[in-house]
Amino acid sequence: MTDLLQQSTSLWNVSMFIVAAVVLLLVVLFFVTYAIYFERKVIGWMQLRTGPNRVGPLGLLQTVVDVTKLLLKEDTRPKDADKALYALAPVLAYAPAFAVLAVMPFSETIQFADLGIGVLYYMALSSITVLGVITAGWASNNKYSLIGGMRSAAQMISYEVPLVMSVLGVILMTGSMNLREIVEAQRDIWNVIPQILGFCVFIVAAQAELNRTPFDLPEAESELVAGYHVEYSGFRFAMFMLAEYVYMFGMGSLVTILFLGGWLAPFGLDFLPIPGIVWFILKFLLYVFFQFWIRATMPRFRADQLLPFAWKGLLPIALVNILITAVVISFQNGTL
Amino acid sequence: MPDIYVNNYVIVAIFLFLGVLLPVATVSFIGRFLRPNNPTPEKLTTYESGNNPIGGSWVRFNVKYYIFALLFVIFDVETLFLYPWAVAFNKLGLFALVEMVIFIVLLVIGLVYAWRKKVLEWS
Repeated sequence: MTDLLQQSTSLWNVSMFIVAAVVLLLVVLFFVTYAIYFERKVIGWMQLRTGPNRVGPLGLLQTVVDVTKLLLKEDTRPKDADKALYALAPVLAYAPAFAVLAVMPFSETIQFADLGIGVLYYMALSSITVLGVITAGWASNNKYSLIGGMRSAAQMISYEVPLVMSVLGVILMTGSMNLREIVEAQRDIWNVIPQILGFCVFIVAAQAELNRTPFDLPEAESELVAGYHVEYSGFRFAMFMLAEYVYMFGMGSLVTILFLGGWLAPFGLDFLPIPGIVWFILKFLLYVFFQFWIRATMPRFRADQLLPFAWKGLLPIALVNILITAVVISFQNGTL
Repeated sequence: MPDIYVNNYVIVAIFLFLGVLLPVATVSFIGRFLRPNNPTPEKLTTYESGNNPIGGSWVRFNVKYYIFALLFVIFDVETLFLYPWAVAFNKLGLFALVEMVIFIVLLVIGLVYAWRKKVLEWS
């Protein structure tokens, strides 16, 4: 990939980029299939159940069958819905989820676009998904979905502020928004140690951005039936679910790159002949497992605790983190 | 150097295109041949716990959401200013630090004001 990036733009390397992007899409779809399977399996084990075990050996084909079922389901659209926006919403939710992966460096060699503004690109695109959610909630013309969509939008924009701010500490330490340079700057020590405050804020806010437990209020099945996608069925509904899990892929990669040293080996193990991508996948899977673990452990937040927590709890901590980082860096540079 | 630049954004465009293509292709083209299509009037009503829906839902809405959106705009713009500052911080020295502390303090005053006015509560 890196050589192709250096060459001048031609039909040859553009078609290679397309092939590579399609391969990544297939990898992501494979990940989503088995993330859902292992999510159900792991939570099952944590609750002393077996989880899915009927379809295929050990239930391995469960998600495949579920997706096929969704594809074969009738696509109903309520007659009161806003037709154009109803059709647009799943695309708006899903497209940015996949597009953010364009900047992820998975190892020294496996990378797609090498943008100088990598972090900003991720943050900018991922916030488009809020539009998809609120469009879905409004276009369905259903009271549950409207409340769900509004709540979800309020939650996502409120937690986006601490999320974006917690990354600032990392950028201050690196002096760059390029994700590759951020990883290279962690050769001595991973950002998770000096940026522990930022890391904590990021993990919590990421959880809310992903709409996952304990912040899964948008999908509070016990009060809002399913939130913003009540009226969606079949493959349109599948697109919302897919977007959620593709974001888990994106967020896992981002956490690994920003705080856990990307493809760098831990504990000075870099003399071992293990390619960087293996370390990346291990750290990434650790984050994904963390998600499942949280889901099996934590109860859901109350709606009235949710937004004050972002503004009164996380945002001040993120601001303090920026100030501490800036002052410490000034000390080290001898300017203070 | 310009080649890398162009290539990078070609890749971004490819990713965006694929991101739009997957839902459009599966929902509108492949799905059309696979799924049944038998809309009955009952299926097309809006779901409201099994009752006939009362009124539409495009109505006036709780103003709280709007206030949070306003707060979001203020703080998101603040972060937009902080990003370039963070990238150039090592080159700018003490001046940038003091400058940004003043900027953050001004916004924190706004946050404290919203806090005292109980805008951040949900009741």
